[in-house]
Amino acid sequence: MTRYVMVADLRRCVGCQTCTAACKEGNATPPGVQWRRVLDLESGTYPEVSRVFMPIGCQHCANPPCLEVCPSTATRQRDDGIITIDYDLCIGCSYCIMACPYDARALSDRPHYAFGDAPTEAEAAGAHAKMVGVASKCTFCAGRIDAGTARGLIPGQDPEATPLCVNACISGALSFGDIEDEHGRIVKLLAENRAFRLHENEGTEPGFYYIWDKGTL
Amino acid sequence: MSETMGSRRQRYWDLRAAGNFIGGGSGTGLIIAAAVAAAYGNAFRETLMLGIALIAVGLALVWFEIGKPWRALHVFFHPRTSWMTREGIVAGVVIPLGVAAAMDASPTLAWLTAVFAGGFLYCQARILRAARAILAWRQEEIVALIIAAGLAEGAALALIVGPRGGIGLGLAVAAALAREIAWRRYRDGLARKRGAAASLAVFAAPPARRLGLLHRAGLGLIAAALIVPLSSPWFPDTADARVLLAIVGGASVVLAGFGVKVLLITRAAFTGAIVIPITPGTSASSLSPQDEGRFATKL
Repeated sequence: MTRYVMVADLRRCVGCQTCTAACKEGNATPPGVQWRRVLDLESGTYPEVSRVFMPIGCQHCANPPCLEVCPSTATRQRDDGIITIDYDLCIGCSYCIMACPYDARALSDRPHYAFGDAPTEAEAAGAHAKMVGVASKCTFCAGRIDAGTARGLIPGQDPEATPLCVNACISGALSFGDIEDEHGRIVKLLAENRAFRLHENEGTEPGFYYIWDKGTL
Repeated sequence: MSETMGSRRQRYWDLRAAGNFIGGGSGTGLIIAAAVAAAYGNAFRETLMLGIALIAVGLALVWFEIGKPWRALHVFFHPRTSWMTREGIVAGVVIPLGVAAAMDASPTLAWLTAVFAGGFLYCQARILRAARAILAWRQEEIVALIIAAGLAEGAALALIVGPRGGIGLGLAVAAALAREIAWRRYRDGLARKRGAAASLAVFAAPPARRLGLLHRAGLGLIAAALIVPLSSPWFPDTADARVLLAIVGGASVVLAGFGVKVLLITRAAFTGAIVIPITPGTSASSLSPQDEGRFATKL
Protein backbone atom coordinates (compact mmCIF):
# COMPACT_ATOMS: atom_id res chain seq x y z
CA MET A 1 0.00 0.00 0.00
CA THR A 2 1.28 3.45 -0.91
CA ARG A 3 1.13 6.41 1.44
CA TYR A 4 2.57 9.65 0.15
CA VAL A 5 4.09 11.96 2.74
CA MET A 6 6.21 15.08 2.78
CA VAL A 7 9.31 15.67 4.84
CA ALA A 8 10.67 19.13 5.66
CA ASP A 9 14.21 19.40 6.93
CA LEU A 10 14.10 22.37 9.30
CA ARG A 11 17.88 22.58 9.32
CA ARG A 12 17.85 23.27 5.61
CA CYS A 13 14.84 25.56 5.12
CA VAL A 14 15.94 29.18 4.71
CA GLY A 15 12.45 30.68 4.59
CA CYS A 16 12.77 31.93 0.99
CA GLN A 17 9.11 31.11 0.24
CA THR A 18 9.96 29.77 -3.21
CA CYS A 19 7.75 26.79 -2.45
CA THR A 20 4.91 29.20 -1.62
CA ALA A 21 5.37 31.01 -4.92
CA ALA A 22 5.61 27.78 -6.92
CA CYS A 23 2.41 26.47 -5.35
CA LYS A 24 0.58 29.71 -5.94
CA GLU A 25 1.69 29.90 -9.55
CA GLY A 26 0.99 26.27 -10.33
CA ASN A 27 -2.35 25.99 -8.59
CA ALA A 28 -3.57 29.53 -9.28
CA THR A 29 -5.04 29.94 -5.83
CA PRO A 30 -6.95 33.17 -5.22
CA PRO A 31 -5.22 36.09 -3.51
CA GLY A 32 -5.09 35.49 0.23
CA VAL A 33 -5.27 31.72 -0.18
CA GLN A 34 -1.96 29.94 0.26
CA TRP A 35 -1.85 26.19 0.30
CA ARG A 36 1.87 26.11 1.06
CA ARG A 37 3.16 28.56 3.63
CA VAL A 38 6.43 28.95 5.45
CA LEU A 39 6.12 30.06 9.04
CA ASP A 40 8.76 32.12 10.75
CA LEU A 41 8.86 30.79 14.30
CA GLU A 42 10.95 30.94 17.41
CA SER A 43 11.72 27.77 19.28
CA GLY A 44 12.87 27.39 22.86
CA THR A 45 13.15 29.90 25.66
CA TYR A 46 15.76 32.55 26.19
CA PRO A 47 18.71 32.17 25.98
CA GLU A 48 18.27 28.77 24.29
CA VAL A 49 16.33 29.95 21.27
CA SER A 50 16.39 29.28 17.56
CA ARG A 51 14.66 30.88 14.61
CA VAL A 52 12.90 28.23 12.62
CA PHE A 53 11.36 28.36 9.16
CA MET A 54 8.62 25.82 8.96
CA PRO A 55 6.82 24.89 5.72
CA ILE A 56 3.22 23.99 6.49
CA GLY A 57 0.03 23.14 4.65
CA CYS A 58 -2.39 20.27 4.55
CA GLN A 59 -0.83 17.43 6.53
CA HIS A 60 -2.77 14.75 4.61
CA CYS A 61 -3.59 13.06 7.90
CA ALA A 62 -4.33 9.35 8.14
CA ASN A 63 -7.21 10.28 10.48
CA PRO A 64 -8.32 13.61 9.04
CA PRO A 65 -10.77 15.62 11.19
CA CYS A 66 -11.85 17.53 8.07
CA LEU A 67 -13.13 14.35 6.44
CA GLU A 68 -15.10 13.37 9.53
CA VAL A 69 -17.04 16.65 9.73
CA CYS A 70 -17.60 17.29 6.01
CA PRO A 71 -21.38 17.01 5.49
CA SER A 72 -21.24 16.68 1.71
CA THR A 73 -18.52 14.00 1.35
CA ALA A 74 -16.59 16.50 -0.78
CA THR A 75 -13.52 15.79 1.34
CA ARG A 76 -12.16 12.35 0.59
CA GLN A 77 -9.14 10.22 1.32
CA ARG A 78 -7.49 8.43 -1.56
CA ASP A 79 -5.91 5.02 -1.22
CA ASP A 80 -2.48 6.67 -1.36
CA GLY A 81 -3.34 8.84 1.67
CA ILE A 82 -3.89 12.09 -0.19
CA ILE A 83 -6.86 14.12 1.06
CA THR A 84 -8.84 15.72 -1.74
CA ILE A 85 -11.78 18.10 -2.07
CA ASP A 86 -14.40 17.62 -4.78
CA TYR A 87 -15.17 21.21 -5.76
CA ASP A 88 -18.42 20.09 -7.39
CA LEU A 89 -19.74 18.57 -4.17
CA CYS A 90 -18.51 21.07 -1.60
CA ILE A 91 -21.21 23.41 -0.27
CA GLY A 92 -18.77 25.91 1.21
CA CYS A 93 -19.98 25.54 4.80
CA SER A 94 -16.42 26.03 6.14
CA TYR A 95 -16.91 23.30 8.71
CA CYS A 96 -13.74 21.55 7.57
CA ILE A 97 -11.83 24.79 8.15
CA MET A 98 -13.09 24.79 11.74
CA ALA A 99 -12.02 21.17 12.17
CA CYS A 100 -8.48 21.32 10.78
CA PRO A 101 -5.96 21.74 13.62
CA TYR A 102 -3.34 22.83 11.08
CA ASP A 103 -5.18 25.84 9.66
CA ALA A 104 -4.56 24.35 6.24
CA ARG A 105 -7.86 25.16 4.54
CA ALA A 106 -9.31 28.36 3.16
CA LEU A 107 -12.41 29.57 1.39
CA SER A 108 -12.64 32.41 -1.08
CA ASP A 109 -16.25 33.51 -1.37
CA ARG A 110 -16.08 35.52 -4.58
CA PRO A 111 -14.05 35.58 -7.82
CA HIS A 112 -10.82 37.21 -6.89
CA TYR A 113 -7.89 37.49 -9.24
CA ALA A 114 -4.25 38.29 -8.64
CA PHE A 115 -4.18 41.19 -11.09
CA GLY A 116 -7.32 43.22 -11.66
CA ASP A 117 -10.75 41.98 -12.67
CA ALA A 118 -9.68 39.39 -15.22
CA PRO A 119 -7.98 36.04 -14.59
CA THR A 120 -4.34 35.58 -15.47
CA GLU A 121 -3.39 32.86 -17.91
CA ALA A 122 -2.62 30.48 -15.04
CA GLU A 123 -5.87 31.33 -13.29
CA ALA A 124 -7.87 30.77 -16.45
CA ALA A 125 -6.15 27.44 -17.11
CA GLY A 126 -6.45 26.04 -13.58
CA ALA A 127 -9.32 25.23 -11.26
CA HIS A 128 -9.48 28.85 -10.09
CA ALA A 129 -13.13 29.37 -11.08
CA LYS A 130 -14.19 26.15 -9.37
CA MET A 131 -12.57 27.25 -6.12
CA VAL A 132 -14.96 30.15 -5.59
CA GLY A 133 -17.31 29.53 -2.68
CA VAL A 134 -15.79 26.20 -1.72
CA ALA A 135 -13.03 25.07 0.61
CA SER A 136 -9.61 24.47 -0.88
CA LYS A 137 -6.24 23.25 0.32
CA CYS A 138 -2.99 21.60 -0.74
CA THR A 139 -3.54 18.48 -2.82
CA PHE A 140 0.10 17.31 -2.81
CA CYS A 141 -0.28 18.17 -6.51
CA ALA A 142 -2.36 15.01 -6.94
CA GLY A 143 -2.88 15.75 -10.62
CA ARG A 144 0.87 15.73 -11.25
CA ILE A 145 1.27 12.54 -9.24
CA ASP A 146 -1.50 10.80 -11.18
CA ALA A 147 -0.21 11.97 -14.55
CA GLY A 148 3.34 11.02 -13.62
CA THR A 149 2.59 7.57 -12.23
CA ALA A 150 0.47 6.84 -15.30
CA ARG A 151 3.67 7.33 -17.30
CA GLY A 152 5.65 5.09 -14.98
CA LEU A 153 7.36 7.96 -13.15
CA ILE A 154 8.05 7.87 -9.42
CA PRO A 155 6.71 10.71 -7.22
CA GLY A 156 9.51 12.25 -5.22
CA GLN A 157 12.15 11.07 -7.65
CA ASP A 158 10.94 12.26 -11.01
CA PRO A 159 10.15 16.00 -11.01
CA GLU A 160 7.20 15.58 -13.36
CA ALA A 161 5.48 13.37 -10.80
CA THR A 162 6.48 15.44 -7.77
CA PRO A 163 4.66 18.31 -6.04
CA LEU A 164 5.64 21.76 -7.29
CA CYS A 165 6.83 22.99 -3.90
CA VAL A 166 9.31 20.13 -3.61
CA ASN A 167 10.64 20.76 -7.10
CA ALA A 168 11.03 24.47 -6.37
CA CYS A 169 12.78 24.18 -3.01
CA ILE A 170 16.20 25.80 -3.42
CA SER A 171 17.81 24.16 -0.40
CA GLY A 172 16.54 20.63 -0.71
CA ALA A 173 14.57 21.02 2.50
CA LEU A 174 11.42 19.45 1.10
CA SER A 175 11.20 15.80 0.17
CA PHE A 176 8.27 13.76 -1.02
CA GLY A 177 7.59 10.10 -1.49
CA ASP A 178 5.99 6.89 -0.40
CA ILE A 179 6.57 6.13 3.27
CA GLU A 180 5.67 2.52 2.65
CA ASP A 181 8.56 2.09 0.23
CA GLU A 182 11.17 0.55 2.53
CA HIS A 183 13.98 1.39 0.13
CA GLY A 184 12.75 4.88 -0.67
CA ARG A 185 14.25 8.24 0.25
CA ILE A 186 11.57 9.08 2.82
CA VAL A 187 12.18 6.01 4.97
CA LYS A 188 15.92 6.63 4.78
CA LEU A 189 15.55 10.26 5.80
CA LEU A 190 13.37 9.43 8.77
CA ALA A 191 15.61 6.59 9.84
CA GLU A 192 18.76 8.68 9.78
CA ASN A 193 17.35 11.78 11.46
CA ARG A 194 15.14 12.77 14.32
CA ALA A 195 11.69 13.92 13.30
CA PHE A 196 8.43 15.16 14.70
CA ARG A 197 4.94 15.79 13.45
CA LEU A 198 2.68 18.67 14.39
CA HIS A 199 -0.01 18.20 17.04
CA GLU A 200 0.93 14.56 17.43
CA ASN A 201 -1.38 14.36 20.46
CA GLU A 202 -4.42 15.00 18.22
CA GLY A 203 -4.24 11.48 16.87
CA THR A 204 -4.53 12.72 13.30
CA GLU A 205 -1.40 10.86 12.12
CA PRO A 206 -0.19 13.63 9.80
CA GLY A 207 1.62 12.76 6.58
CA PHE A 208 4.07 15.63 7.05
CA TYR A 209 7.28 15.05 8.98
CA TYR A 210 9.72 17.64 10.23
CA ILE A 211 13.36 16.70 10.56
CA TRP A 212 15.63 18.16 13.16
CA ASP A 213 18.82 16.79 14.57
CA LYS A 214 20.76 16.23 17.72
CA GLY A 215 18.63 18.57 19.79
CA THR A 216 19.31 21.65 17.73
CA LEU A 217 17.70 23.38 14.79
CA MET B 1 7.71 37.58 3.18
CA SER B 2 7.29 35.56 6.32
CA GLU B 3 4.57 34.90 8.82
CA THR B 4 4.34 33.69 12.33
CA MET B 5 1.54 31.43 13.36
CA GLY B 6 -0.07 32.35 16.61
CA SER B 7 -3.62 31.79 17.72
CA ARG B 8 -6.02 33.67 15.49
CA ARG B 9 -9.74 34.32 15.35
CA GLN B 10 -11.70 32.31 12.81
CA ARG B 11 -13.26 34.52 10.15
CA TYR B 12 -15.59 32.18 8.32
CA TRP B 13 -18.55 31.70 10.67
CA ASP B 14 -20.16 35.06 11.41
CA LEU B 15 -23.44 36.31 12.87
CA ARG B 16 -25.39 34.09 10.49
CA ALA B 17 -23.78 31.00 11.97
CA ALA B 18 -24.35 32.37 15.46
CA GLY B 19 -27.99 32.84 14.40
CA ASN B 20 -28.28 29.12 13.73
CA PHE B 21 -27.16 28.26 17.25
CA ILE B 22 -29.42 30.97 18.67
CA GLY B 23 -32.46 29.88 16.65
CA GLY B 24 -31.79 26.18 17.11
CA GLY B 25 -31.23 26.45 20.84
CA SER B 26 -34.08 28.76 21.75
CA GLY B 27 -36.38 27.02 19.25
CA THR B 28 -35.70 23.65 20.85
CA GLY B 29 -36.19 25.12 24.32
CA LEU B 30 -39.52 26.57 23.25
CA ILE B 31 -40.68 23.27 21.78
CA ILE B 32 -39.82 21.48 25.02
CA ALA B 33 -41.61 24.20 27.02
CA ALA B 34 -44.61 23.73 24.72
CA ALA B 35 -44.56 19.97 25.27
CA VAL B 36 -44.47 20.50 29.05
CA ALA B 37 -47.38 22.94 28.75
CA ALA B 38 -49.26 20.37 26.66
CA ALA B 39 -48.70 17.72 29.33
CA TYR B 40 -50.38 19.97 31.88
CA GLY B 41 -53.30 20.70 29.59
CA ASN B 42 -52.23 24.25 28.81
CA ALA B 43 -52.25 25.96 25.42
CA PHE B 44 -49.13 25.10 23.45
CA ARG B 45 -49.74 25.58 19.73
CA GLU B 46 -48.37 29.11 19.41
CA THR B 47 -45.31 28.33 21.51
CA LEU B 48 -44.63 25.21 19.48
CA MET B 49 -44.98 27.03 16.17
CA LEU B 50 -42.66 29.80 17.32
CA GLY B 51 -40.08 27.17 18.30
CA ILE B 52 -40.32 25.56 14.86
CA ALA B 53 -40.04 28.98 13.23
CA LEU B 54 -36.90 29.81 15.20
CA ILE B 55 -35.23 26.56 14.14
CA ALA B 56 -36.18 27.24 10.53
CA VAL B 57 -34.88 30.81 10.69
CA GLY B 58 -31.58 29.56 12.13
CA LEU B 59 -31.19 27.07 9.31
CA ALA B 60 -32.11 29.72 6.75
CA LEU B 61 -29.34 31.92 8.11
CA VAL B 62 -26.87 29.10 7.52
CA TRP B 63 -28.19 28.78 4.00
CA PHE B 64 -27.33 32.44 3.46
CA GLU B 65 -23.85 31.83 4.83
CA ILE B 66 -22.66 28.83 2.81
CA GLY B 67 -20.63 29.43 -0.31
CA LYS B 68 -22.82 27.29 -2.58
CA PRO B 69 -26.40 27.68 -1.35
CA TRP B 70 -27.91 25.88 -4.36
CA ARG B 71 -26.05 22.75 -3.37
CA ALA B 72 -27.54 22.84 0.13
CA LEU B 73 -29.04 19.36 -0.24
CA HIS B 74 -25.50 17.95 -0.32
CA VAL B 75 -25.52 18.54 3.42
CA PHE B 76 -27.38 15.23 3.78
CA PHE B 77 -24.62 13.14 2.19
CA HIS B 78 -22.52 12.17 5.20
CA PRO B 79 -24.61 10.92 8.14
CA ARG B 80 -21.99 8.33 9.10
CA THR B 81 -19.70 10.84 10.82
CA SER B 82 -20.80 14.43 10.21
CA TRP B 83 -22.85 16.10 12.93
CA MET B 84 -23.85 18.77 10.43
CA THR B 85 -25.50 16.13 8.26
CA ARG B 86 -27.21 14.64 11.31
CA GLU B 87 -28.43 18.10 12.32
CA GLY B 88 -29.97 18.53 8.88
CA ILE B 89 -31.65 15.13 8.95
CA VAL B 90 -33.13 15.66 12.41
CA ALA B 91 -34.31 19.14 11.40
CA GLY B 92 -36.10 17.48 8.48
CA VAL B 93 -38.09 15.47 11.02
CA VAL B 94 -38.61 18.16 13.67
CA ILE B 95 -40.10 20.81 11.40
CA PRO B 96 -42.89 18.79 9.73
CA LEU B 97 -43.61 16.94 12.95
CA GLY B 98 -43.91 20.21 14.86
CA VAL B 99 -46.19 21.72 12.23
CA ALA B 100 -48.38 18.60 12.38
CA ALA B 101 -48.46 18.74 16.19
CA ALA B 102 -49.50 22.38 16.14
CA MET B 103 -52.15 21.86 13.46
CA ASP B 104 -53.66 18.84 15.22
CA ALA B 105 -53.14 20.37 18.69
CA SER B 106 -51.87 16.93 19.63
CA PRO B 107 -49.95 16.68 22.93
CA THR B 108 -48.54 13.31 21.84
CA LEU B 109 -47.13 14.75 18.65
CA ALA B 110 -45.87 17.75 20.62
CA TRP B 111 -43.90 15.40 22.88
CA LEU B 112 -42.57 13.50 19.91
CA THR B 113 -41.48 16.81 18.39
CA ALA B 114 -39.77 17.73 21.65
CA VAL B 115 -37.81 14.46 21.64
CA PHE B 116 -36.54 15.07 18.11
CA ALA B 117 -35.87 18.74 18.90
CA GLY B 118 -33.70 17.57 21.78
CA GLY B 119 -31.79 15.46 19.27
CA PHE B 120 -31.44 18.49 17.02
CA LEU B 121 -29.96 20.55 19.85
CA TYR B 122 -27.57 17.72 20.72
CA CYS B 123 -26.38 17.67 17.09
CA GLN B 124 -25.74 21.41 17.26
CA ALA B 125 -23.68 20.96 20.40
CA ARG B 126 -21.67 18.16 18.77
CA ILE B 127 -21.06 20.31 15.69
CA LEU B 128 -19.10 22.69 17.86
CA ARG B 129 -17.39 19.91 19.80
CA ALA B 130 -16.10 18.40 16.53
CA ALA B 131 -14.58 21.71 15.39
CA ARG B 132 -11.14 20.72 16.58
CA ALA B 133 -9.35 23.80 15.29
CA ILE B 134 -11.28 26.09 17.62
CA LEU B 135 -10.18 25.80 21.21
CA ALA B 136 -13.31 27.40 22.66
CA TRP B 137 -15.58 24.98 20.79
CA ARG B 138 -13.78 21.67 21.10
CA GLN B 139 -13.97 21.89 24.88
CA GLU B 140 -15.91 18.86 26.16
CA GLU B 141 -18.11 21.02 28.41
CA ILE B 142 -19.45 22.82 25.32
CA VAL B 143 -22.05 20.08 24.83
CA ALA B 144 -23.68 20.64 28.22
CA LEU B 145 -23.42 24.39 27.77
CA ILE B 146 -25.15 24.48 24.38
CA ILE B 147 -27.93 22.18 25.57
CA ALA B 148 -28.50 24.03 28.85
CA ALA B 149 -28.35 27.40 27.09
CA GLY B 150 -30.93 26.31 24.53
CA LEU B 151 -33.29 25.04 27.20
CA ALA B 152 -32.86 28.21 29.26
CA GLU B 153 -33.43 30.54 26.32
CA GLY B 154 -36.48 28.59 25.18
CA ALA B 155 -38.03 28.32 28.62
CA ALA B 156 -37.40 32.02 29.21
CA LEU B 157 -38.84 32.92 25.82
CA ALA B 158 -41.92 30.88 26.68
CA LEU B 159 -42.49 33.17 29.64
CA ILE B 160 -42.66 36.12 27.24
CA VAL B 161 -44.91 34.58 24.61
CA GLY B 162 -46.86 31.93 26.46
CA PRO B 163 -48.69 31.20 29.69
CA ARG B 164 -46.73 32.06 32.83
CA GLY B 165 -47.95 29.42 35.24
CA GLY B 166 -45.95 27.84 38.00
CA ILE B 167 -44.76 24.99 35.75
CA GLY B 168 -43.38 27.39 33.15
CA LEU B 169 -41.68 29.48 35.81
CA GLY B 170 -40.22 26.43 37.50
CA LEU B 171 -38.93 25.11 34.18
CA ALA B 172 -37.33 28.47 33.38
CA VAL B 173 -35.65 28.71 36.79
CA ALA B 174 -34.30 25.16 36.54
CA ALA B 175 -33.05 25.68 32.98
CA ALA B 176 -31.47 29.07 33.71
CA LEU B 177 -29.78 27.63 36.78
CA ALA B 178 -28.49 24.68 34.75
CA ARG B 179 -27.19 27.07 32.13
CA GLU B 180 -25.37 29.11 34.79
CA ILE B 181 -23.73 25.97 36.16
CA ALA B 182 -22.84 24.75 32.67
CA TRP B 183 -21.34 28.12 31.81
CA ARG B 184 -19.12 28.09 34.91
CA ARG B 185 -18.02 24.52 34.29
CA TYR B 186 -17.27 25.37 30.66
CA ARG B 187 -15.14 28.38 31.57
CA ASP B 188 -13.32 26.46 34.30
CA GLY B 189 -12.59 23.67 31.84
CA LEU B 190 -11.34 26.12 29.24
CA ALA B 191 -9.10 27.78 31.81
CA ARG B 192 -7.38 24.43 32.36
CA LYS B 193 -6.56 24.12 28.64
CA ARG B 194 -3.29 25.38 27.27
CA GLY B 195 -3.52 28.14 24.67
CA ALA B 196 -7.05 29.31 25.47
CA ALA B 197 -6.00 32.69 26.85
CA ALA B 198 -7.50 34.67 23.95
CA SER B 199 -10.91 33.03 24.36
CA LEU B 200 -10.82 33.47 28.12
CA ALA B 201 -9.97 37.14 27.64
CA VAL B 202 -13.14 37.55 25.56
CA PHE B 203 -15.19 35.90 28.31
CA ALA B 204 -13.56 38.08 30.96
CA ALA B 205 -14.11 41.34 29.04
CA PRO B 206 -16.89 43.79 30.02
CA PRO B 207 -19.44 42.68 27.36
CA ALA B 208 -19.33 39.06 28.57
CA ARG B 209 -19.38 40.13 32.21
CA ARG B 210 -22.45 42.29 31.57
CA LEU B 211 -24.16 39.38 29.84
CA GLY B 212 -23.38 37.20 32.85
CA LEU B 213 -24.88 39.79 35.14
CA LEU B 214 -27.96 40.04 32.90
CA HIS B 215 -28.44 36.28 33.00
CA ARG B 216 -28.16 36.12 36.78
CA ALA B 217 -30.51 39.09 37.16
CA GLY B 218 -33.02 37.38 34.87
CA LEU B 219 -32.72 34.16 36.84
CA GLY B 220 -33.36 36.10 40.04
CA LEU B 221 -36.41 37.83 38.61
CA ILE B 222 -37.95 34.60 37.34
CA ALA B 223 -37.26 32.95 40.71
CA ALA B 224 -38.91 35.94 42.39
CA ALA B 225 -41.93 35.54 40.10
CA LEU B 226 -42.12 31.91 41.17
CA ILE B 227 -42.21 32.71 44.88
CA VAL B 228 -44.41 35.82 44.77
CA PRO B 229 -47.64 34.77 46.48
CA LEU B 230 -50.69 34.86 44.29
CA SER B 231 -52.45 37.19 46.71
CA SER B 232 -50.99 39.39 49.39
CA PRO B 233 -52.61 41.88 51.76
CA TRP B 234 -49.75 44.30 51.10
CA PHE B 235 -49.66 43.98 47.33
CA PRO B 236 -53.12 43.30 45.97
CA ASP B 237 -51.90 43.23 42.38
CA THR B 238 -49.39 40.45 42.83
CA ALA B 239 -50.61 38.67 39.71
CA ASP B 240 -49.54 41.65 37.62
CA ALA B 241 -46.23 41.83 39.45
CA ARG B 242 -45.68 38.17 38.74
CA VAL B 243 -46.30 38.67 35.05
CA LEU B 244 -43.95 41.64 34.98
CA LEU B 245 -41.20 39.77 36.81
CA ALA B 246 -41.59 36.78 34.51
CA ILE B 247 -41.47 38.85 31.33
CA VAL B 248 -38.53 41.04 32.37
CA GLY B 249 -36.66 38.06 33.81
CA GLY B 250 -37.36 35.98 30.73
CA ALA B 251 -36.20 38.73 28.39
CA SER B 252 -33.00 39.12 30.41
CA VAL B 253 -32.18 35.43 30.19
CA VAL B 254 -32.98 35.35 26.47
CA LEU B 255 -30.85 38.40 25.64
CA ALA B 256 -27.96 37.19 27.77
CA GLY B 257 -28.09 33.78 26.09
CA PHE B 258 -28.17 35.23 22.58
CA GLY B 259 -25.30 37.57 23.43
CA VAL B 260 -23.10 34.80 24.81
CA LYS B 261 -23.66 32.73 21.66
CA VAL B 262 -22.65 35.66 19.47
CA LEU B 263 -19.47 36.01 21.53
CA LEU B 264 -18.81 32.27 21.49
CA ILE B 265 -19.17 31.90 17.72
CA THR B 266 -17.77 35.15 16.40
CA ARG B 267 -15.42 36.59 19.03
CA ALA B 268 -14.02 33.83 21.22
CA ALA B 269 -13.35 31.37 18.40
CA PHE B 270 -9.58 31.24 18.13
CA THR B 271 -7.46 28.59 16.45
CA GLY B 272 -4.60 26.96 18.30
CA ALA B 273 -1.11 28.19 17.64
CA ILE B 274 1.44 26.09 15.79
CA VAL B 275 3.94 25.07 18.43
CA ILE B 276 7.17 23.24 17.71
CA PRO B 277 7.07 20.29 20.08
CA ILE B 278 10.79 20.32 20.77
CA THR B 279 13.19 22.89 22.07
CA PRO B 280 16.88 23.30 21.32
CA GLY B 281 19.01 21.25 23.61
CA THR B 282 16.43 18.52 24.15
CA SER B 283 16.81 15.12 22.69
CA ALA B 284 13.27 13.85 22.85
CA SER B 285 11.51 13.01 19.63
CA SER B 286 7.77 13.54 19.36
CA LEU B 287 7.12 10.73 16.95
CA SER B 288 4.51 8.25 18.01
CA PRO B 289 5.82 5.09 19.69
CA GLN B 290 5.07 3.10 16.51
CA ASP B 291 7.06 5.45 14.31
CA GLU B 292 9.81 5.67 16.94
CA GLY B 293 10.30 1.95 16.57
CA ARG B 294 10.05 2.01 12.82
CA PHE B 295 12.41 4.89 12.18
CA ALA B 296 14.89 4.01 14.92
CA THR B 297 17.39 6.83 14.83
CA LYS B 298 20.95 6.04 13.95
CA LEU B 299 22.34 9.12 15.66
